Amino acid sequence: MTVTLERPAQTDAPLVEVAGLKHVYGKGGGAGLLVLNDVNLTLRAGEIVGLLGRSGSGKSTLLRSIAGLIAPTGGSVRVSDMAGDDQAHGVAMVFQSFALFPWLTVQKNVELGLEARGVPTEQRRKRTLAAIDLIGLDGFENAYPKELSGGMRQRVGLARALVVQPSVLLMDEPFSALDVLTAETLRTDLLDLWSEGRMPIRSILMVTHNIEEAVLMCDRILVFSSNPGRVIAEIKVDLPQPRRRLDPAFRALVDDIYARMTARPAGPPARQADAPGVGLGMALSHVSTNTLSGMIEALAASPNNGAAELGALGRDLNLEADELLPIAETLQLMRFAEIDGRAIRLTPAARRYDAAEVDARKQLFAQHLLAFVPLAAHIRRVLDDRASHQAPARRFRDELEDFMSEAYAEETMDAIVSWGRFAEIFAFHEDDDRFSLDDPA
Amino acid sequence: MVFLSAERMNGHLLARFARARFAPNRYDLIALALIGAAAVLVTHGAQQMGQPLAGPHILPVSLDPARLPEYALRTTLRMFAAILASLAFTLVVATVAAKSRKAELVIVPMLDILQSVPVLGFLTFTVTFFMGLFPTSELGLELASIFAVFTAQAWNMTFSFYQSLRTLPGDLDEVARQFGLSPWRRFIRFELPFATPALVWNTMMSMSAGWFFVVASEAITVGKTTATLPGIGSWIALAIERRDFAAVAWAVGAMAVVIVLYDQFLFRPIVAWADKFRFEQTASQEQPRSWFFDVLRRTRLFRRIASPFGRALARLPRLALPSLSLPRLGRVRTGRWFDRLWVAAVTAAAGWAAWTIFRYIATTLTIHDALTATSLGLITLARVLALIAIASAVWVPIGVWIGLRPAWSQRIQPVAQFLAAFPANVLFPVAVVAIIAWRRDPNIWLSPLIALGAQWYILFNVVAGASALPGDLKEAAGVFHLRSWQRWRDFILPGIFPYYVTGALTASGGSWNASIVAEVVSWGHTRLEATGLGAFIAKATAAGDYRRVALGISVMSVFVIALNRALWRPMYAYAEKHLRLD
Repeated sequence: MTVTLERPAQTDAPLVEVAGLKHVYGKGGGAGLLVLNDVNLTLRAGEIVGLLGRSGSGKSTLLRSIAGLIAPTGGSVRVSDMAGDDQAHGVAMVFQSFALFPWLTVQKNVELGLEARGVPTEQRRKRTLAAIDLIGLDGFENAYPKELSGGMRQRVGLARALVVQPSVLLMDEPFSALDVLTAETLRTDLLDLWSEGRMPIRSILMVTHNIEEAVLMCDRILVFSSNPGRVIAEIKVDLPQPRRRLDPAFRALVDDIYARMTARPAGPPARQADAPGVGLGMALSHVSTNTLSGMIEALAASPNNGAAELGALGRDLNLEADELLPIAETLQLMRFAEIDGRAIRLTPAARRYDAAEVDARKQLFAQHLLAFVPLAAHIRRVLDDRASHQAPARRFRDELEDFMSEAYAEETMDAIVSWGRFAEIFAFHEDDDRFSLDDPA
Repeated sequence: MVFLSAERMNGHLLARFARARFAPNRYDLIALALIGAAAVLVTHGAQQMGQPLAGPHILPVSLDPARLPEYALRTTLRMFAAILASLAFTLVVATVAAKSRKAELVIVPMLDILQSVPVLGFLTFTVTFFMGLFPTSELGLELASIFAVFTAQAWNMTFSFYQSLRTLPGDLDEVARQFGLSPWRRFIRFELPFATPALVWNTMMSMSAGWFFVVASEAITVGKTTATLPGIGSWIALAIERRDFAAVAWAVGAMAVVIVLYDQFLFRPIVAWADKFRFEQTASQEQPRSWFFDVLRRTRLFRRIASPFGRALARLPRLALPSLSLPRLGRVRTGRWFDRLWVAAVTAAAGWAAWTIFRYIATTLTIHDALTATSLGLITLARVLALIAIASAVWVPIGVWIGLRPAWSQRIQPVAQFLAAFPANVLFPVAVVAIIAWRRDPNIWLSPLIALGAQWYILFNVVAGASALPGDLKEAAGVFHLRSWQRWRDFILPGIFPYYVTGALTASGGSWNASIVAEVVSWGHTRLEATGLGAFIAKATAAGDYRRVALGISVMSVFVIALNRALWRPMYAYAEKHLRLD
């Protein structure tokens, strides 16, 4: 891993160049979790690039590698330093959580980076006030972050990043902690500043899991797959700014990206216990059974009548891609739905489920859970085989950790516990962390 | 232990706390051995320095009320000195422990043991040591007294600061790293402010505990030498010797005034000020208030005085202090071999230390003495547990009653905190006179003195817990007409449990310490004595029998640590796992 900083001769040279980036979390050897594999990225002046992917796809890791906050396991990151006179680093970052120091005023928060670089007091003050003014924060200089609304706080985060005059602005899901209206205002304001060239930056690299946001703002979108994170598609967005969400071309592009994000090896998961990703080693998303039922009902009802386009469904139900996709994929896993490109279609079993009463639903869910989720069948089999009809959960967790990281194992266990409880195929006792067959009734 | 601000304890903090307290067990043994050996060696050294205990160390103290303000002032100044020393210790030691893994391996279990050791027992050793350092002046005595208070204060403060440094918010850490803040600037701008609220609260709790020790350490008899320092503690000692009840009353009054002034003019303002460092992005509903702080903020005069300080403070981050910029030690992965070597070296040192203690004690004492001390320890243990149980039975219902009534709890809470800070040893003579007058059995009637000061920790923590019970749960309990017992079992007791454990743990630690001064008391020439380990240590101290003192302290430390491990920690772990209200 090398990070080099250099002043290029010509101006059209790439601002950031990432080559063959690889990152492994956890144990130093191969036993850790591979979050990024062979990622290449070139960022040029004048473009906004989006990194789009679901949680766990390593896009934040990539951003932090470029910011110099983590040292990747392999590959190289080159950050060219073009603009500015006194800067040491060509990038600055905006955080999802704003990351403001609660004990510093707005002005002090914005000044932080300049102070660290030893910029003289007078100049620091001037630049800080200019940045505050640019970003629409004047009047709030002496406020503390806790007195501000979320939108205002993120403006402080933006001003703090811009004031150090980076050539590249890195943004990590900058609008996802904000309400819909505030997020939209901030996006528009940022795009206005960008198109009018009033910010000192030359390029923006942003991480998002919101497909519409990416299409709305970016000139180029890199779509990441998860587990491990790889770039699976690069999409140029040629729509003219300002873009409108209702524009058919806009919607077509969103639907297209949905399809790319759900693209998986087709067919039922093979029944080989050893291969990671299938069989026992399949990582499950913890989707509540209420959500699954709700999705089946929404798909079965008109106007969907059993099938819908994912993009449209997300808009109707007000779900973002990384909320919608795990639900859709869980339904697919249990054979309650089939995903075909950009569309999702209910199976006959799901229609029966939709029409049934609670007890019948539970029975149907139990059948599908045991038939199509190997881990559920495995736990049930162990409990059946034992005379005591009990087994410590630790044992299954250990088995899972042979295939996946601790965090994934944890989520998979949470999922299997809540599904198993709903299906009443086994009971789980949190106090002593064990499964049993006995029914509380 | 770390004190969590009783007013704003929440599950998250508790979780941090419970996790951090599970230090590896074998390091406990190591730390215990090292600390004990250091004490033994220091005394040994001091004894060899020549005439450490020669010369009369009785400074004239008179019972003239006109002198009382001066005595009170000197006691207060000792407290100041101790708290400053504790702060300095905290900033250095906690920072080193948080930045270096090797240091952490040793420091954290050390602190854990040190806060379990009954510090009053150490007085014998420290007085000898410091008087040895300054055989001709009062300074040795002053230092011994200050050191006694320091040992009662420093550990929980250090723990609190260390924990804050280890739980820095990740996003702010990334900002600091991304802008390349120098280590010093990072400390001033980020780490210190983040740790401030918890540190201030722990400093306040430490002060509370400190009054007891400053009173106890001002008049110390070691063998034939009685060391007296002008102060409220020695005033009390003299009053007891002369059977002067009026003088005791004066001392109680003076102590009360001093504590109230300290609270109103120092700590309330600091707590109110520190509130701005609280790591919460939302404005809290209830902010700590201090009328004095408000006055200060509004006064023009004060602003004028303060502004140069403010400007100096603002300049702090800019200081170029390369020597203070701590490199990121050991957090980087260093070789496993080196780790193992380090652990082996520390273990060897501990083994040698244990051997030193053993040899020291075993020169004159036999296994028989050890058994005696242990059985006395069991008696004191029974006493402590019984009193905690009684105090809980009394104060939990009262605390809940108060806590559920906001108007009452706002008025009672400061009183309970005041009572917790009030040094109970000032009140001992009153109880002793009563026991003598009614001719009661000291074995039973001296026992309440052990928990006299400590019980208030239970009260104010329970009050805080009950006032923090969520309103919606209160309404649910009302709507479904939960009857008295069910209401307690399913709602109130689980809700206040984490707070109660904090209070009971503090009370238990305080009781062990108090047993050293409470199991043997006197009024004039009348001496009352209860059987127990505290009396064992107190008598050995009075006789100047260092080996028995060392034995007594070792046994008591083992008891305290065992009680913490066997009772309080599992309770904490349970509270963290099952009773979080968040």
